[in-house]
Amino acid sequence: MAGQQRVYRQRIRSTQSLKKIFRAMELIAASRIGKARARVTAATPYSRALTRAVSAVATHSNVTHPLLTARTDTDRVAVLVVTSDRGMAGAYSASAIREAERLIGRLTEAGKEPVVYATGRRAVSYYAFRGRELAGQWTGNSDAPSVDTADEIAGALLTAFDAPADQGGVSELHVVFTHFKNMVTQTPRVIRLLPLEIVEGVEPVGDDEIAPLYEFEPSPEDVLDALLPRYVRSRIYTCLLQAAASELAARQRAMHTATENAEDLVRMYTRLANQARQAEITQEISEIVSGADALAS
Amino acid sequence: MADIEVEIVGAEGKLWSGNAWQVSAKAGEGEIGILAGHEPVLSVLKPGEVRVFAERGAQPDRWQVEGGFLSFDSNHLTIVVDDAVPGARPTTTPATH
Repeated sequence: MAGQQRVYRQRIRSTQSLKKIFRAMELIAASRIGKARARVTAATPYSRALTRAVSAVATHSNVTHPLLTARTDTDRVAVLVVTSDRGMAGAYSASAIREAERLIGRLTEAGKEPVVYATGRRAVSYYAFRGRELAGQWTGNSDAPSVDTADEIAGALLTAFDAPADQGGVSELHVVFTHFKNMVTQTPRVIRLLPLEIVEGVEPVGDDEIAPLYEFEPSPEDVLDALLPRYVRSRIYTCLLQAAASELAARQRAMHTATENAEDLVRMYTRLANQARQAEITQEISEIVSGADALAS
Repeated sequence: MADIEVEIVGAEGKLWSGNAWQVSAKAGEGEIGILAGHEPVLSVLKPGEVRVFAERGAQPDRWQVEGGFLSFDSNHLTIVVDDAVPGARPTTTPATH
């Protein structure tokens, strides 16, 4: 019987130390999330300026650019999956990967040949475990992505989009990332990044505001040539930042629930341990009483 | 004389914003100087120096940029840069242009 009590005490101790770990991770995620959201806000002027400029060129001149036109010479399409490096974030990575798999299924049905690029160790290990080849992978810093990482990813993807069909060229680029709506809602989202569809940014231009007639220097083509790769890079950077904020929010929530569960377990085990102790005492008393009874009679 | 609103933004956030009398930069077709009332222009930036003059005859604020673009309309100038370092051109690097 004494063994029973000891087992419960051990479980209480281990659950308590787990609880401390969960609590610490929750606090870390909570402290980083503010910074991640500030980064998203800080990057907005850049992407807004780019969006305005790109739409100005697109509306005022009839230039065509490889990044704006659909390719028909290849069936290969690139899919970029954005996940986290570490787990302990609830269903964050799993739902992004599930969304990606759904997209890949849809593309395959449509007769396309998806090529997967992954960021974050979770996606990389998911595909490595299943023996599926990745065209590109980036890991590390998923919760605080840098502009350099975005540059690298955009560079690789733009090269693939520019490449001829027989050298691994792709005709489309889809990005699967987790959109940060607010602290409680983050939803996996799919966007088609290439060929580009120009949309006005976060702030719609009012009716009274007519897009000005620009003078392009040196020429509309050259300006577009300089703008579009930056636009793609900025979009990818924004996706990474959104995903990072989502990851931290998901982690904070998951760790909060885990802490509460650990508390529940500790409470339950304490009850069981108390019960076991009580049962032991009762048994001892009845043994003594029955022993005395036996001697007396 | 009216001022122009200037905004210098980098990928990671806004680097500087304020009013200025004149801004000069190295644009697609050579040095460009922008005063209030300039025609709307959208230009590629070449690696070089962006100078922001707060007022006529004042010492300019200088930025060394690696590339980017500038867009100007209705007295609002947005300079989008890849990388900008505030300050004059370092004297240690030999002038190549």
